[in-house]
Amino acid sequence: MDLGLSETQELLKNAARDFLENECPEALVREMEEDEKGYSPQLWQKMAEQGWQGLLIPEEHGGAGFDFLDLCVLLEEFGRALVPGPFMSTVLGGAVPLMTAGSDAQKAEFLPKIASGDLIFTLALTEPSARFDEQGVQCQATVSGNEVTFTGTKLFVSDANVADYMIVAGRSAAGITLGIVPTDQAGVEVTSLLTIARDKQAEVKLNNAKGQLLGANGQGWALLAPVIQRYTVAECAYLVGLSQMDFEISVDYAKERVQFGRPIGSFQAIQHKCADMVTDVDGSRFIMYKAAWSLATDQPAAEAQLAVNMAKAWTSEATRRVVAHGQQIHGGIGFTKDYKIQLYFRRQKRAELAFGDADYHRELVAQQLGI
Amino acid sequence: MSRIGVEFVYAMVERPNTAGRKKVPMDWSDSAAQATFRAEVREFLRVRLPDPYRTAADGEEASGWQADRKSADPARRETAIEWANALAEKGWVAPHWPTEFGGAGLSVLEQFIFNQEMATAEAPAVGGMGVSLIGPTLIVHGSDEQKQEHLPKILSGEVAWAQGYSEPGAGSDLASLQTRAVRDGDDYVINGQKIWTSGAQFADWLFALVRTDPEAPKHRGISFVMMDIKTPGLTVRPLTDMGWQQPFNETFFEDVRVPVRNRVGEENRGWYVGMTLLDFERSGIAGATQYAREITTLVDFVHTDAGKGFARPDFATTRLALADRRIETEVLFNFAFRIVSLQNRGMVPNYEASANKLFGSELHQRLALTGTRAFGLYGNIWDRETPRAPLEARFTRDYVRSVPHTIFSGSSEIQRNVIATRGLGLPRG
Repeated sequence: MDLGLSETQELLKNAARDFLENECPEALVREMEEDEKGYSPQLWQKMAEQGWQGLLIPEEHGGAGFDFLDLCVLLEEFGRALVPGPFMSTVLGGAVPLMTAGSDAQKAEFLPKIASGDLIFTLALTEPSARFDEQGVQCQATVSGNEVTFTGTKLFVSDANVADYMIVAGRSAAGITLGIVPTDQAGVEVTSLLTIARDKQAEVKLNNAKGQLLGANGQGWALLAPVIQRYTVAECAYLVGLSQMDFEISVDYAKERVQFGRPIGSFQAIQHKCADMVTDVDGSRFIMYKAAWSLATDQPAAEAQLAVNMAKAWTSEATRRVVAHGQQIHGGIGFTKDYKIQLYFRRQKRAELAFGDADYHRELVAQQLGI
Repeated sequence: MSRIGVEFVYAMVERPNTAGRKKVPMDWSDSAAQATFRAEVREFLRVRLPDPYRTAADGEEASGWQADRKSADPARRETAIEWANALAEKGWVAPHWPTEFGGAGLSVLEQFIFNQEMATAEAPAVGGMGVSLIGPTLIVHGSDEQKQEHLPKILSGEVAWAQGYSEPGAGSDLASLQTRAVRDGDDYVINGQKIWTSGAQFADWLFALVRTDPEAPKHRGISFVMMDIKTPGLTVRPLTDMGWQQPFNETFFEDVRVPVRNRVGEENRGWYVGMTLLDFERSGIAGATQYAREITTLVDFVHTDAGKGFARPDFATTRLALADRRIETEVLFNFAFRIVSLQNRGMVPNYEASANKLFGSELHQRLALTGTRAFGLYGNIWDRETPRAPLEARFTRDYVRSVPHTIFSGSSEIQRNVIATRGLGLPRG
């Protein structure tokens, strides 16, 4: 029993924090909000040199062979720095499904290029129904040998505008079926959405888009389950880092901002908000790591699933409370575009909604409790 | 940007790989040795916990072991003694005390496991404040004579203790206490009043904070004294709480003479003696364990035929509220786990303990609220005997009983102040 980081994780965390403070300053975050691609190819390459895109990828495929818990340590720092770009899409939406479901040939073809920063992936799962369950997948899949063709509309596909490949979930006669679909074909039409976080999400129209079959025909949903679990916890890790930073900025502001002749942080009305913020941030961190640990150590399936749902239910809501307090503590300056705190507020919503908000996961928890 | 010391930045000590599993330092599961110890505690509880404790519904408010040992009912007295003897055989009356003083010298993680299993079995702790507070205080600050006189009697269950800290005019601002002790030869003469002296009506001795120097700054004129509760001039009067129970008392002092040798630590340093952060497991894991069990009990109940008759027809809202409470017990467990994890590395919990108390007490109230709401109008029922009472009215009773939880041992407001000032470094108001 223990609750702490390993030496390796400490090193990873500190290295990531130093690197991102230098390489991903607030100015870059703002610039990418209005950038067409939404990410910096230079930063992307430097991250690959740090070994981050390949953190989870086994060494035999050019990665570092770290585990999922280690990745969550890194993603906390991504949330802290609000790193823009297709990192989660590529790692959770590309590398993880390839590692889970890919053939040896597919792993050898794609994983080294993901690790080296040469390929961007994304997961095309959700559709206009905006559901996260199996019923949400209505996109038509037609399998022919090792090839699969998709026709349908995918919505809220992150970083589709820059992805080289999409892992697409469709429905064939045999059931949910996955494919690795290159985006540079006529059957793939990407239309960007303007979002609250000014990240890059898109509507993707697939019209006989062709790709390699990933995993067996009809086995897609079972193959996606561990991917969705990990992506969900990854979003929690991002939220933990994001809310930690929002909280720190707000506490610092409360110490500096003077009204009525004293720092507003000396008022209990502000102090108690800060106390609630740290309780929510810490609560989010530990419940997230519990879920990450459950997945990384192959805890019994039912326990791991419950841990994931509890983590996203709690983290979605607790971090929302944190960023709302952050805005309130900042008063008027907080809702100007020029001040940084609103960057966290808007991005919290994206991650809160991703892979299901508190309402969604609370319902799943209730089902697992048998009520 | 300052780095606020709120992340768990302590480095993990590498440990040997166990059970052939991949080595992951962050670990919610038992090591092999911890699993063995847990099994030992579990087996002990299975065999030795007296049946009356095993079959008790939830403990009646003013009872518990300390009341049982003075009960008018001989069966309850015998049960209390049987249980104390069973624990004493293992050194588990005071598992956190060093072995040289008669404890079991358990590590904090072992204490965590022990307390978790005790709570799971709903086994009452033995020894009350003697074991939890005055004993450890004497081990740190007491003279050899004081240790020899008091520690064995605490362990044997011969002497039960009560705590006299709060006063009518000194609640959250405890250091403003006014109960006066004036030196007269080899005695202090004490006059004043304490309040919320829990269990004093069942106690044999009292430890108290009294003012020995009214001129000094408020924290520096206080002394820590111990006295026989039958000392002439000392009166204990039970207070009835809003649930018709008498868990605590008013205690009055009229020229109560206490020998100076019963002072613990130096004169006027009593505040620091009383506030010593005692070095034993203080995670409050029992709360997280208890609340999780309450949820399970409620969920199981609404699936029974009897339970279906009580559950409100519009159960959907309750159902989701219950899911939230279950998630919150997980958060509380982790807060408790963080405390022992810090202690296990030799660190002293700071604001973390306040966060734990704050979150746990507020969850307790939310859970009681959810539990009462589950049954609609049946949430009225207080009588635990009537067949009209869902789950022996435990949630309705807990709805009342949980009210003090956000008040005692530092109110929620005080806890938030502590987190903000001591934890986050915000300026004091």
